[in-house]
Amino acid sequence: MGMIPARFDYRQAGSVAEALQLLASCDDAKLLAGGHSLVPLMKMRLVSPSTLIDISGIAELQGVTDTGSVLRVGALTRHRVVERSQVVAQHVPLLAHVAGLVGDPQVRNRGTIGGSLVHGDPAADLPSVALATGATMVVTGAAGERRIAAADFFVDFLETAVGPDEILTAIEFPKRTGAGFGYEKFVRRSMDYAIVGVAVQAGDQPGIALVNMGSVPRRADAASQALAGGAGVDAVAALAAEGTNPPEDLNANADYRRHLASVLTKRALLAAGYR
Amino acid sequence: MSTIETHTTRVTVTVNGREVSEEVEPRTLLVHFLREQARLTGTHVGCDTSNCGACTVLIDDEAAKSCTVLAVQANGHKVTTVEGVGNGSGGFSPVQEGFRQEHGLQCGYCTPGMIMACTALLAEDPQPDEHQIREALEGNLCRCTGYETIVRAVQWAATNGGAGEWA
Repeated sequence: MGMIPARFDYRQAGSVAEALQLLASCDDAKLLAGGHSLVPLMKMRLVSPSTLIDISGIAELQGVTDTGSVLRVGALTRHRVVERSQVVAQHVPLLAHVAGLVGDPQVRNRGTIGGSLVHGDPAADLPSVALATGATMVVTGAAGERRIAAADFFVDFLETAVGPDEILTAIEFPKRTGAGFGYEKFVRRSMDYAIVGVAVQAGDQPGIALVNMGSVPRRADAASQALAGGAGVDAVAALAAEGTNPPEDLNANADYRRHLASVLTKRALLAAGYR
Repeated sequence: MSTIETHTTRVTVTVNGREVSEEVEPRTLLVHFLREQARLTGTHVGCDTSNCGACTVLIDDEAAKSCTVLAVQANGHKVTTVEGVGNGSGGFSPVQEGFRQEHGLQCGYCTPGMIMACTALLAEDPQPDEHQIREALEGNLCRCTGYETIVRAVQWAATNGGAGEWA
């Protein structure tokens, strides 16, 4: 009865070093964190890894740290923790707000920020926050840590810059204390993935990013530049869909998605305090 | 497809205060572990895609969709199912009684998951307003009631004892 994943071997890693060792020694292994992107794919047999390496118990990857200039969020931090974090609400309020809009309460209790980002789903909420705020992904491999700008992280449909033997260990968000923000998510039912979504981060280095407007999560580059250059809300919103190639499905064709991107960008800009 | 050598693994979960320990394949989902190993069929499989919430249980007192959690992920943890809530002497918890008083169900398929999601809500926020109740139940689908009576059931429970207690 029901949808059950294909067989796999299950291993647990107690540290990043152990997880890296297991990754290097297993062919076709996948990391398991909260499992709320991976397990559905496995149940639908869209992926059938030979080995699951459960990293959910690695303490060093949990929680939010204020390092002074950035908030470092451990990859295994669950959406519910991010949503409720006072330090996140104070310094990266867009992140706290959007973490509270991922899926539904049950999903937010289990799903992790790192899991959501490495899944690289263009319809997911959190990649747009990473892009709009100019976050940096911290990826750990055998050679140590490397840092990847959010803008270079999402490379293709469900594919990121994380290598097969690497682990996304943390996300560093530049502080946006006191700056306005907006997030608009257009859905038919509250728990659904966005048909289109728009994240706006105001401040010295403003950013606008789009949800479900192409095969990868992406920044609205033209609109972001216009915003930084002081253009008005209507002019910025008109540029929102510039350069995008939106998907077509039962909910919306490409033209409608472009229209939504502009409308939602204007709303998000107004929410962020632009006039 | 190559043949993959798989092994079973021991999973020990404290279900409603009782330790359930079984050898299962790692691919066993928590909902199946609860229904087939723990023999508790109150938790329903609905959509099987983490949309509908019929399989909602509490893991360490937090609501989760047990169709999207592997049993091994619950190893060493505490799980509460609809069989685990009540008044301690065979009767209903306030949430369950609220569903009866306010007709919070018709076919009943979504009800176990609804009860657990509502219980988690009231444990966290004993006096939610209507908007908060609807937000908290966004992960639970009901195709019968239109949610009106479910919202009233939660409100009934909030004024008649709250979330209740469980093992």
